[in-house]
Amino acid sequence: MSANSPFALLANATALPWAEVPEFAPEELVQATGKELDRGARLCSWFGLSEGPAVRLVALIAYDADNSLAVGRSRPFSGKYPSLAATHPQAHLFEREVWEQHGVMPQGHPWLKAVRRAGEAGPGVIDFFRVEGPEIHEVAVGPVHAGIIEPGHFRFQCAGEEVLHLEIALGYQHRGIEEALVGGPHRASLSQIETAAGDTTIAHTTAHAGVMEALAGAEPPLKAQWLRAIALELERLANHTGDLGAMAGDVAFLPTSAACGKIRGDYLNLTALICGNRFGRSLVRPGGCRVDLEPARIKTLAERLAVANAEADEACAWLWDAASVRSRFEHTGSVSTRQATEVGLVGPAARACGLVRDVRFDHPCGWHRFAQAPVAVWPGGDVFARARVRWLELQRSGRFVADELSNAPDGPVREPVEAPAPDTLAACLVEGWRGEVCHVALTGGEGRLRRYKITDPSFHNWTGVAIAMRSQAVSDFPLCNKSFNLSYCGHDL
Amino acid sequence: MFVLDAIAHRLRSGCQTMAYPKGPAPALPDRHGGALRLDAARCPEGCGECLPVCPTEAITRPAGQPTALDLGRCIFCSACVEACSHGAVSHTGDHRMAVRARGELVLGAAGQEQVRLAAELDEKLRKMFGRSLRLRQVSAGGCNACEADTNVLGTIGWDLGRFGIQFVASPRHADGLLITGPVTRNMELALRRTYDAVPEPKIVIAVGACAISGGPFEKNPQAGTGASSVVPVDLFIPGCPPHPLTILDGLLRLLGRLEGASGPPARP
Ligand code: SF4
Repeated sequence: MSANSPFALLANATALPWAEVPEFAPEELVQATGKELDRGARLCSWFGLSEGPAVRLVALIAYDADNSLAVGRSRPFSGKYPSLAATHPQAHLFEREVWEQHGVMPQGHPWLKAVRRAGEAGPGVIDFFRVEGPEIHEVAVGPVHAGIIEPGHFRFQCAGEEVLHLEIALGYQHRGIEEALVGGPHRASLSQIETAAGDTTIAHTTAHAGVMEALAGAEPPLKAQWLRAIALELERLANHTGDLGAMAGDVAFLPTSAACGKIRGDYLNLTALICGNRFGRSLVRPGGCRVDLEPARIKTLAERLAVANAEADEACAWLWDAASVRSRFEHTGSVSTRQATEVGLVGPAARACGLVRDVRFDHPCGWHRFAQAPVAVWPGGDVFARARVRWLELQRSGRFVADELSNAPDGPVREPVEAPAPDTLAACLVEGWRGEVCHVALTGGEGRLRRYKITDPSFHNWTGVAIAMRSQAVSDFPLCNKSFNLSYCGHDL
Repeated sequence: MFVLDAIAHRLRSGCQTMAYPKGPAPALPDRHGGALRLDAARCPEGCGECLPVCPTEAITRPAGQPTALDLGRCIFCSACVEACSHGAVSHTGDHRMAVRARGELVLGAAGQEQVRLAAELDEKLRKMFGRSLRLRQVSAGGCNACEADTNVLGTIGWDLGRFGIQFVASPRHADGLLITGPVTRNMELALRRTYDAVPEPKIVIAVGACAISGGPFEKNPQAGTGASSVVPVDLFIPGCPPHPLTILDGLLRLLGRLEGASGPPARP
């Protein structure tokens, strides 16, 4: 499929000279991208690049079956271009973002509005899609929610209990991360990337290290690749356990919710055993990892992991055993395989719709070139399927870490990295626990970052939450939302 | 059958809530390091080894003045400890670091090598809140780590409820706010409104480097410089994120519930 791609091919976590990226007229880029998406490619990222007063569009797509990425760009232009989202919904949020950041108008975009920009009153004070009719009422939730969670605004159009449409307005968490990276990396850049989505620190820092190493033409030491892979799975284990517990809590099934709350902490403490911080801060660095694991620590890690894995197994078994849970999970919040493909879902949310899509398998880099866990897929697209995929991944990641702990390679864990090459583009995908984390970096003439694009899996998946809520009871929103558990700050950056 | 399994599991595992604060505090992970200590007297003339490595410029050495370390900006990455070859910056292993006034987080002056721990609320407020405190949490640009490690206090291991502290769904039901995140421009109004909705008297707790100073985002114009730029703050709990034990210590200290509790276990 990638063989006759009009774009420049590159493998995951590699770089290529900016001059080698093929250039198209804007309408041709849209057309070519659309054609590749029709042939089964996926849109990983789509962003603008300022060229004086004009803007260039850059498209990064993935040919999953060919284990290859491809990149294309438009010539600088201003004004308008034909919308890709009009025919390919997976581009809709990207085009809104480019419009917001660069002012170029995607003509024919079905629902063009700001992604993060806000007036005085915040991002939720904006026109929403409205359903009209005497029986229709509107429910507005957020930005400040009932629990301890990040802010976002949800606007439901309801007929009685039934949700006809949900529109999600985010942007409250916008901290200007991409903008701050321009001219960098700066002193605070790495900490900002670590906290781009603070529950996904390992995935984001691994992607960042991937692009910085590719730009410098360096390969991190094997031991660091191994340690990153282990930390990535620990991050997945902690979050999936927490989510299964929270989903159990949302259907008032307390045994699993109580047990998982604790086990999640046990997994976080394993990450803390590695680097001191429960969220993996200050572990992954361009060039390797900041700390090493000595044999005694590996042994402790393996012992504590075995306990946590066994406890998680047991707590989840209760969940599947309870008819009351199944009846609340099944047929709730369904997303069809077609919808998932069209909106470009990634991660467990996509795999729960039967889509076999996992960066660790499709675009292996680092340690995943040598070791992989089987991809966890479940059909159905409902809350049950999303819970089931999480549970499969819990088991497989648990086993993966246990296996790999006994496979530690020798050698150093960190080596110095050279300065980034000038006028070069690098891309790195990492399968975070929510799905594909994508970092694209472009350097300018002096080797400083000219553009840095971060795409958190949540950016792809929030539309999935809106689709899942169609014709559901509004009271099922917490459960549906939790079954995706997307990041607000990862979306808002 | 899950019912029987779950009951058997409960019997087997017994009470899983930690003994602290009656018993000893759980140990921090050995690589955590805990609060930092700065012995500025050890800094040689003109030395600034640590200055360029700090990602948040928490450590500074203004001309003619002693080195200063602001734990409110610190993300506890240990880069300064590794960079300093004079032993001036060091880990204490102590989880306790919450303070009542912003300035108390700045270390370096003689006698201020370590944080002075938070004093409890005045008598009147302590009478009101000491045994029952309801908080509304507001994430205002937090990365979900401070939120997660606040949330974890509600799990069975920590069981915050046993202290009468609870997070509630409405500011109208709350005695105060617990704020995370630098207070992004887009959250400022929502935070202000939530604060106004809490009935008087009320308290505000800022959790994490972001909420204290803006943390890693202090210089980004879209992010803010912390909660105290918007509302008055009564308790500052440093960290990125603070360990749950640090948060719990701060809350209990504020309520005067830690008399007689033991300090952190000695480090091997
Ligand atoms: S202080 Fe650190 S952990 Fe807490 S919200 Fe800010 S970046 Fe996240």
